[in-house]
Amino acid sequence: MMHDQETVLLQGHIIDSLILAKVLDTILMMGGTFDLEDVQIGKTREEPSRARIIVRASSPKLLSEILHAIQPHGASVESERDCRLSPAPADGIFPDEFYATTHLPTQVRIRDQWVEVARIEMDLGILVDPVAQTARTIPMGEVAQGDLIVTSREGVRVIPLQRPRERDVFSFMESQVSSERPHGHIIGDVARRLMQLRAGFREGKADSKVLLAGGPAIVHAGGREALAWLIEEEFIHVLFCGNALPAHDMELDLYGTSLGYRHAAGRVVPHGHEHHLRTINRIRAIGSIEAAVKSGVVKTGIMAACVRRSVHVVMAGTIRDDGPLPGVITDSVEAQAAMRAAIPGIGMALLVASTLHAVATGNLLPATIPSVCVDVNPAVPTKLADRGSFQAVGLVMDAASFLRDLARELGARL
Amino acid sequence: MSRLLVCPPDYFAIEYEINPWMRRSNAVNSDEAVRQWHHLIQVLEEDVGAVLERMKPVPGLPDLVFTANAGIVVGGRAVPSRFRYLERQREEAYFEDWFRSQGYEVVTLEPGFFFEGAGDLLGFSDIWFGGYQQRSEIRVFPILSDWFHREIIPLELVDNRFYHLDTCLCPLSGGELLYFPPAFDRYAQEALAERIDPARRLVVPEAEALKFACNAVCVGKHVVLPAGCPDTESLLISRGYLPHPVPLDEFMKSGGSAKCLTLALD
Repeated sequence: MMHDQETVLLQGHIIDSLILAKVLDTILMMGGTFDLEDVQIGKTREEPSRARIIVRASSPKLLSEILHAIQPHGASVESERDCRLSPAPADGIFPDEFYATTHLPTQVRIRDQWVEVARIEMDLGILVDPVAQTARTIPMGEVAQGDLIVTSREGVRVIPLQRPRERDVFSFMESQVSSERPHGHIIGDVARRLMQLRAGFREGKADSKVLLAGGPAIVHAGGREALAWLIEEEFIHVLFCGNALPAHDMELDLYGTSLGYRHAAGRVVPHGHEHHLRTINRIRAIGSIEAAVKSGVVKTGIMAACVRRSVHVVMAGTIRDDGPLPGVITDSVEAQAAMRAAIPGIGMALLVASTLHAVATGNLLPATIPSVCVDVNPAVPTKLADRGSFQAVGLVMDAASFLRDLARELGARL
Repeated sequence: MSRLLVCPPDYFAIEYEINPWMRRSNAVNSDEAVRQWHHLIQVLEEDVGAVLERMKPVPGLPDLVFTANAGIVVGGRAVPSRFRYLERQREEAYFEDWFRSQGYEVVTLEPGFFFEGAGDLLGFSDIWFGGYQQRSEIRVFPILSDWFHREIIPLELVDNRFYHLDTCLCPLSGGELLYFPPAFDRYAQEALAERIDPARRLVVPEAEALKFACNAVCVGKHVVLPAGCPDTESLLISRGYLPHPVPLDEFMKSGGSAKCLTLALD
């Protein structure tokens, strides 16, 4: 990613003299890139022309070399101001005119220096420490009175996404969602990415964790085995879910049913609707899912694999939950914070069969993280795309088929 | 009637080295320099019919003789130069005083903007060319363009032997251009080719360019140029001009010739 950038102005008779062409050629020849932000061509020969050029480079050193080379040809760095800061008037309240973030990489200018905003996420504010020259996003609810928050758009710049180097489905970043698109090559690309990420994860490389946010339909539709396999094989490192996914996953282990359906027989069993309640009650009695797995009560499935592979699980509850299971966070602000805390280090996200968790996770993800949203309901990937998570590839398909195809692509014999 | 500013070479010498032509060891023969300068003046006044304004020379300012670098004069307005090198910055006040004493409206560039006058800004009535990179800075041209409502095409000078635009380019009164392309970068060469018809571009051979054939003064059909440039003279004759070769080799020791020794005051 070319994160280092500076805006330069070029003016005068820059078109016929080929000065503009020379400056742009110089930027490219030196290994930088540019965006012509605004070009005003003089209407007469006497009238000057003007161009605003964003120069980008892969390092501050290269950027400064490029600026040094184009400056003698008249490209002057646009004078830029520091971002404006106002103290939060009270705990939990942003100052008026606070800057609301996008999920794109963002920088703020602090004492004449562009500083990367840490943990970028959409719809938050930016907290600045002017002394340390650091900036990070902060949710409205977490702001403390007196915190210095960025206000207005001055001294803030948003860096558009660069096309990834990999030539796969994610490099097109299209938000089009259709049930009529073939899925095979998309799943193939996802599998390739998972394979690379797992290799990176095993070597301890940064940003190589894979997040899966999923709903209980994974279990109901028959994707449990495939997901458990993906977890056991270390392809998934973080799991976001609610109360239902683990409840039905463990119900299947303890009773052979999910929501009362016996999977082997394919029909409802007498009093099967009680099984998930009995499951939850049993786990509550044991004290935790981890203890239930470690004591051998729960032997198979998604949660058992998570415990065995030390997958970081965040369970966020809702108002319709039974129980809930121990470990489910019932305070939604707390749950959001727990999910947010698990985002750093994620290199890819799979959002499978859950409107609530897919959208909530999509909101937390920086635009730079590729994600795949899988749902039988086209509204879900579409909703994510509408919310600006345009790095999300949408797949309209059944969760179980997706997980099975993905696992097979990665070598599972299911 | 063409009026030109000149300055007698009373104190002309090589006292410092700020271009590849200047070598302090290559001393100026002062008597010969004075003779050559008077010969030039005679040609300009008698053969060409120009009216000359003489500036008072100043001891310790050897290059004041090169009045092309005093600034530029357009109509009743003068923009004095802002020299890149300290050695010549001391001339600025004298040139500025002269402009004021003659009643010109003096417009000054902000300090720190290098601009070496008519040495780097030449042109036709509708289009001017600005030489940059060696002495003047490109950023002065949009300012001058705004002040005088003229199109100024900046041209990058890439050979330090041709450190001013007037050492490698000379617009002629009939719309032709005498020039030495390799003194310019590729983009400047292309820009010139784009704007000036090939038939009007007169390319000076390298040997004569190095004798500063382009450092010529054109007044109507008369072209005063340094002696020893027969090919350039033939080119000029073929286009109906009358060349007046003048020996100026004492001034070449300092990297200047006919054009450098004059400033057009229209």
